[in-house]
Amino acid sequence: MTAESSHTDDESGDVAPGVEGPNIRAGVQGYLIGLGLAVLLTAASFYAAGSGLIWGPGIPVALIVLAIAQIGVHLAFFLHITTAPDNTNNVLALAFGVMIVALVVGGSIWIMDHLNQNMPPMEEMLQMQR
Amino acid sequence: MSGSQAIPATHARDADPYKLGRAPYHGAAGHGHGGEPTGHGAGGPAPKRVIVGFGFWIFLLSDIVMFSAFFAAHAVLADSTAGGPSGKDLFDLTHVALETALLLASSFTCGMAAVATEARSQLWTQVFLLVTGLLGLGFLILEVQEFAHMIGIDAGPGRSAFLSSFFAVVGCHGLHVTAGLLWLGTMMAQIFVKGFRPPILRRLLCFNLFWHALDIIWVALFTIVYLIGAGA
Repeated sequence: MTAESSHTDDESGDVAPGVEGPNIRAGVQGYLIGLGLAVLLTAASFYAAGSGLIWGPGIPVALIVLAIAQIGVHLAFFLHITTAPDNTNNVLALAFGVMIVALVVGGSIWIMDHLNQNMPPMEEMLQMQR
Repeated sequence: MSGSQAIPATHARDADPYKLGRAPYHGAAGHGHGGEPTGHGAGGPAPKRVIVGFGFWIFLLSDIVMFSAFFAAHAVLADSTAGGPSGKDLFDLTHVALETALLLASSFTCGMAAVATEARSQLWTQVFLLVTGLLGLGFLILEVQEFAHMIGIDAGPGRSAFLSSFFAVVGCHGLHVTAGLLWLGTMMAQIFVKGFRPPILRRLLCFNLFWHALDIIWVALFTIVYLIGAGA
């Protein structure tokens, strides 16, 4: 038996991301649950943005929370990233990616916000000098 | 302890979760070469499917890191409209909801294609891949329509820094979808001609990861760029 003909690489102790079991029924079920949750979260996002249900300034926070939840659903049900020991490598790589993304996005917003405060646009500067 | 002698048979699979290499099981000893940690090379490299999948996962994460730079640029420039139209004036959220629905549905059918591949069903794999491609194409057409409309009302990428960053981040995602569609067509042809050979199965695994990752990026896109940008 070559390693490639076996589906679940039982002997290696590692699993590639995106690999699910050979069971068709369980596979379809997993994707259906994922689709249901994703549709629910997407609908909630669009509804929260459009309706006055949430206090205005809180809407972006609610939207970001919903988006993070939906990304989690996609990772778990579509990309099959799990907490099982055979997924350790995949999860560690993901954690590193998330860290870089947080540094790049958070750092940019942080720095540029301070820069904007310390360097107002030209018109404001002229007004301040008067 | 007697416990260490009882370990073998049942715990052979997850005895050492950190090993990359495949360690052959050497009977009841339990302390032999079987438990060598990563980097000791015991048992040789992991199966190719695991290595290819992990490598492509690394690529996808680096792609997401690249997108994060576009997102950061857009977050910084979102208010720099230079007197031109803002997101509130431009974004049609029903249009965006339709795009979202198409991409989410295509992600689902792509998963169905993966299940059909596991079942080694040529017909259903091709059917689901075709549906995935059509849904992706529909998404792309809607996006091109939106871009054409915006450029038509003098809100093109040259109008303001906000629009430059908007076209950059959404267009970059659109380019990824275009590349994904080309890849998808290639895969359908390869499955048709060559069948489910191991290299084809590995490519299908990578394509699935790619397509699902595109949907993840779209989740961030419609939330940050469209919903928050529309002044919600």
